[in-house]
Amino acid sequence: MTGSALLGSLSAPIGGSWGYRRDSVACVSASPVYLDAATAAPLHPVARQALLAALDDGWADPGRLYTQARRARQLLDAARAATAETLGVRPDEVSFTPSGTAAAHGAVLGGLAGRHRAGRVLVHSAIEHSAVLHAAERHVATGGASTEVPVDRLGRLDLARWSAAVRAPGVALAALIAASHEVGTVQPVGEAAGACGDAGVPLFVDAAQAVGRVPVPAGWSVLTASAHKWGGPPGVGLLVVRKGTRWESPWPADEREGGRTPGALNLPAVVAAAASLRAVAADAAAEAARLAPLVARIRARVAAEVPDVEVVGDPDHRLPHLVTFSCLYVDGEALLHALDRRGFAVSSGSSCTSSTLRPSHVLAAMGVLSHGNVRVSLHRETTEADVERFLTELPGIVADLRAAAGVVGL
Amino acid sequence: MTAPAEVLDCRGQRCPLPVIAAARRLPELPVGTVIRVLADDPAAAVDIPAWCRMRGHEFVGTVTGPDGPAYDIRRQH
Repeated sequence: MTGSALLGSLSAPIGGSWGYRRDSVACVSASPVYLDAATAAPLHPVARQALLAALDDGWADPGRLYTQARRARQLLDAARAATAETLGVRPDEVSFTPSGTAAAHGAVLGGLAGRHRAGRVLVHSAIEHSAVLHAAERHVATGGASTEVPVDRLGRLDLARWSAAVRAPGVALAALIAASHEVGTVQPVGEAAGACGDAGVPLFVDAAQAVGRVPVPAGWSVLTASAHKWGGPPGVGLLVVRKGTRWESPWPADEREGGRTPGALNLPAVVAAAASLRAVAADAAAEAARLAPLVARIRARVAAEVPDVEVVGDPDHRLPHLVTFSCLYVDGEALLHALDRRGFAVSSGSSCTSSTLRPSHVLAAMGVLSHGNVRVSLHRETTEADVERFLTELPGIVADLRAAAGVVGL
Repeated sequence: MTAPAEVLDCRGQRCPLPVIAAARRLPELPVGTVIRVLADDPAAAVDIPAWCRMRGHEFVGTVTGPDGPAYDIRRQH
């Protein structure tokens, strides 16, 4: 790809030469079925093309004053403009970070630092991503405070408790995930933002599972996302800080990215992230309409065909691509390995699959079964045949594990 | 709180083993019986109440004593 074509990929209408044929990847029944897009979606073909082109064209430091640097600066500016347009914000409100985690850490710590005169309390839901919770722990360890707001059995925020929490004295920032990354329940971001607005508290929304898939309601002050969740390359996060938000960088000073995140950017990856975000956002409604019925099918068939299973999360207000269930008496790690041997890549919130050997804090907050847990998340390459094969094989895999453990009939 | 009729020592066992132990033993005891499951796996705190709800038994509560966390369950049917 030429340099001008690369710039065009960040501004031209989607389609045309970017057209990608899903059926060009033959899928036979024995081929691996990747069902963990919520961890990392396969690289979008637009991202791949843009990345390869930008490796040739965007390696220089965009901050320098020579031809190669100006070229890199053009690419960075175009990536920022494209991302801002997709998100409906101003370009100078968008910063690219080295990861979604770094963006979330910056959102929390910077939002708290910017409002330290208002107080030192962080309000957050019980089902935030661990990146947000770890930043909250840091805040508490350095003398701050936090208030955790519970969710119900379906993983929905308790809005009454949220509203009371953000109205309390000394609240500097509130954090709410747009939709649960573990169970898919979409959160009442609009209502939560309204409560924050009434209380004069800025709202940070972790939109990692929403950006590129579903719209995020307005009303937030800070938003973060992660490129490899939408099919961009790993190693690119988004930190969006709306004008007028009191946000102060928690990092040592660095002039890059509006002073919001230090260090040289991985510019080729940023360009690829921005190009693929445009592409997935253009297809988001159609993809949601294609994937949501597959998720509904998984929810219905798993509940009907696997005995003693708990399908978790809100049945209606949910992400279009993510579904979670727990199988009674089954070891989650054994289930993941058994599925992997049959070619299915999924993730789990069970304690035995986590490095800390603790169950998912999201499943715990909801009060649902945490062992034998499987999270299935779909993406643009997932076919109906993939889902059917999974649904056909799952009951036997679970039955075999239960038979081996001697728990049939309990 | 009703004193437990029996204590299942599941310390050192990882989930789902404490839940399985409760599921094996409870139906062998009369309806209304309370058993206590000693379990130090953190997942037990989530999964024992969830199992009670799924199976229609009563989760009486969590007791933390010198032997670590314990979970009381009453057979309901």
